[in-house]
Amino acid sequence: MEQLIAKLKAEIIDALNLTEITPESINENEPLFVEGLGLDSIDALELIVLLEKKYGLKLGTAEEGKKVLRSVKSMAEFIRANNKG
Amino acid sequence: MSRMNFHISDYCLIRHQKIFRKGELLFTGTEQKPVPFFTEAYKHFGINYPKFYKMDSLCKLGLLASEIILQAKDMPCRGEDIGIILYNAASSADTDRVHQRSISDRETYFPSPSIFVYTLPNIVIGEICIRQKIFGESTFFISEKFDPHSLYEYVSQLLEENVMECCLTGWLECEGDNYDGALFMVEKCTTIEDGIVNFDEEKIKEIYSQ
Repeated sequence: MEQLIAKLKAEIIDALNLTEITPESINENEPLFVEGLGLDSIDALELIVLLEKKYGLKLGTAEEGKKVLRSVKSMAEFIRANNKG
Repeated sequence: MSRMNFHISDYCLIRHQKIFRKGELLFTGTEQKPVPFFTEAYKHFGINYPKFYKMDSLCKLGLLASEIILQAKDMPCRGEDIGIILYNAASSADTDRVHQRSISDRETYFPSPSIFVYTLPNIVIGEICIRQKIFGESTFFISEKFDPHSLYEYVSQLLEENVMECCLTGWLECEGDNYDGALFMVEKCTTIEDGIVNFDEEKIKEIYSQ
């Protein structure tokens, strides 16, 4: 799981152009939106694309999206639960 | 019909790895390509706006030029009283091409939302408005080349008709390895301070050619 979280952090930094952020500075338990990394709605779309592009996973509903995209850890858990990580 | 008199209270030129404000060289970069140079300048001027990194090159150029003008002094007017009228030739062609590449292959069809949102040139106006809290009239014109006549006529008309009290206007071009930014703050001002120059076609041409 730790490896997957580290990989995911690097992928998020790359996908969202967070050039001033290091993987180490991202707390995997912190919320990704508003607090934490302060991501916005376009970033959310970019994370949805990332999950599909890198892991072949699609989010079924907006509710599921809210839960999965809450933090790096919740994204990693979603990937692992679908045997993709 | 004779025009009312307006003034260029500030201006910024960004080209050839250099940034000038009112004729004074403020910064010389080491990077040749647009984005690394804009990033270098962003850091040099101590701008703190992380969204800058996510922007396309045209927006980075516009944000930098507007910061340099608006950091230097208090805004002459605020909110709905300030408008933005911009021009360029290439529109958002660079970003359009990146987006086109991402959707050209059906097998790897993954358009990026953060690229797609920049596939219009007027997005740079939106980015400046968000950053500077500007709510006035705005338009982005596509023109074959920098056209001082059109700029002067249109901005003067907007000021005369009280559509706005001051205007951030100019040319923001970014395509491939080429970039050229010339941004002017045009005001209806009653007091003539040092460094304020008349807003007319010849002066716009003269400043742009510096």
